Amino acid sequence: MAALPKRLSTGDAIAITVFAVLAIFPLLAKFGTEGYLLALVTRVMIFAIAAIALDLIVGFGALVSFGHAAFVGLGAYAVGILASHGITDALVALPAALLVSALFAFVTGLVCLRTKGVYFIMITLAFGQMAFFTASSLAPYGGDDGLTVRMRDTVAGLPLLRSDGALYYVAFVCLLATFALCRALIVSRFGRVFRGARENPMRLAAIGFDVFRYQLAAYVIAGALAGMSGFLLANATNFVSPAYMSWQRSGELIIMVVLGGMGTLYGAIIGAAAFLFAEEWLSELTEHWKMIFGPLLIIVVVFARGGLIGLVFGRGRHD
Amino acid sequence: MSTSLLIVQILNGLQLGVLLFLIAAGLTLVFGVMDFINLAHGVQYMLGAYLAVMFYSLTGSFLAALILALLATLAFGLLLEFVVFRHLYDRDHLDQVIATFGVILFLNQGVKFVWGAAPLSLPIPEFFSGSVVLMPGLLYPVWRLVIIGSGFAVALILYLLVSRTRVGMLVRAGATNAAMVSALGVNIRRLFMIVFGFGTMLAGFAGIMIAPILSVEPGMGDTILILAFVVIVIGGIGSIRGALIAALLIGLVDTLGRSFAVDLLRLFMAPSPARTVGPAIASMLIYLLMAVVLYIRPSGLFPAKGR
Repeated sequence: MAALPKRLSTGDAIAITVFAVLAIFPLLAKFGTEGYLLALVTRVMIFAIAAIALDLIVGFGALVSFGHAAFVGLGAYAVGILASHGITDALVALPAALLVSALFAFVTGLVCLRTKGVYFIMITLAFGQMAFFTASSLAPYGGDDGLTVRMRDTVAGLPLLRSDGALYYVAFVCLLATFALCRALIVSRFGRVFRGARENPMRLAAIGFDVFRYQLAAYVIAGALAGMSGFLLANATNFVSPAYMSWQRSGELIIMVVLGGMGTLYGAIIGAAAFLFAEEWLSELTEHWKMIFGPLLIIVVVFARGGLIGLVFGRGRHD
Repeated sequence: MSTSLLIVQILNGLQLGVLLFLIAAGLTLVFGVMDFINLAHGVQYMLGAYLAVMFYSLTGSFLAALILALLATLAFGLLLEFVVFRHLYDRDHLDQVIATFGVILFLNQGVKFVWGAAPLSLPIPEFFSGSVVLMPGLLYPVWRLVIIGSGFAVALILYLLVSRTRVGMLVRAGATNAAMVSALGVNIRRLFMIVFGFGTMLAGFAGIMIAPILSVEPGMGDTILILAFVVIVIGGIGSIRGALIAALLIGLVDTLGRSFAVDLLRLFMAPSPARTVGPAIASMLIYLLMAVVLYIRPSGLFPAKGR
């Protein structure tokens, strides 16, 4: 587990560097093929939000959720469904996205968190699939084909999200807020109980903590944050589809978390960047890029146990 | 809803159930004995179907294709075990999930690379083609009955193997407490190779049998894999009996739900919302069933692990 430092540690330094680079990136991107890179990095940040949320429960609570994409999809569908009814303001759509995904997390969490280990992985996977198939059968909202969101949401009537640059910084602020929130949570009393529940739930229960409630709260927070990423995703792509909830997506989110280094939060950002850039780059190389990416994953798992960060800084993961 | 439609749908449900059982049986044993979560089990099913198509086009005989494809899936499964899975047994579940996910990515793309992205098909063997009259006015395809029959036959063989043979006894013991079995001097790795190879063959067999009525395409193993997960979670990890009962339950609930949800909803809803809500509810049904079962019994109906 990541040591939680009092002074500026390697981890904080990395996090600050990452955010600094992201903050000035649009200026740098001006020199290149601007629109394409800007959109790609916006996408990285959007997925990083969901990945950080996932890292909160996987990395610090050992709750390996294999259905996290469902929350992203629910957030996106909140935007899409509201838009199809003519409500296109972020002040309605964002709270709706957060609420829907938090609610889904609460209800499924009540069942999922009663189980442990492999059961937890599989039951979250199954709930994710449930959301996926339900979305696929929503004929009025496009069913399998998904639905197009004609325009990005306005903010209190103002077209703040319309330009790609503005959307970039909105995503940036959301990412920063997510990171700050999760980091604050982890060092708080709440976070200590939650982390403690990973090490020894029985002992915590004996001290008098209701472990289940702490885990449920963390699960709901992680779900809501993923819902926010879904809100941004729908606005960035102008499109909502059941594919956002597919179990492959959930798998990809887990890969992002592990690739960057689990239990670090900032690692999720690096992992999301590594994953999406690798996808982009390899898919330009060959249409069969997954035949390269699959084995690459296996190699990373077998040889680089602390993720990419661990590889660079030589800090292995403790199980 | 007429009686004959109900019977047809029950048979279809049984057919899905035995298919799920063939896949879940291997999965649940691999899980139970080695505590190894193998997402790549679904691609074995896909591979079985593809290999059957390939061997059929080479030999022109379904029986030959069946045998060759079974042997080939077995060989391929053992190869995977040797190259990849072996390094993952001591890891935590997260690592296993990611690595086997990598295997899925590779193989789903791999079959596209080798056989193309277009769906392939396999003809139903001549001898079993056509339909039989089950009741006056009720025709049912013979091949589907063959699938149901062979599924139950495999279940019976598996039951005898697991409950009457020495290897079966070790497997049961391994599923209950692997460390203890190992301490008693049993080579648990070799036992696992046997279980794994057998499970792989069962998944391949399911793929071969279903190939004549489904289109053989990349990713066909993914959906069924998740259903198989639902099955073993409901049945209890490591339990063959649980897998069989849960598989049949899921097969029936899913099939009947899909065909009758709209009709049932129309009993107390207007037709047009019923047509919208029906399919959504039908597709949620098995997950709701799973949620209810796990809420009451968090480790499934027949958990094998003695805790």
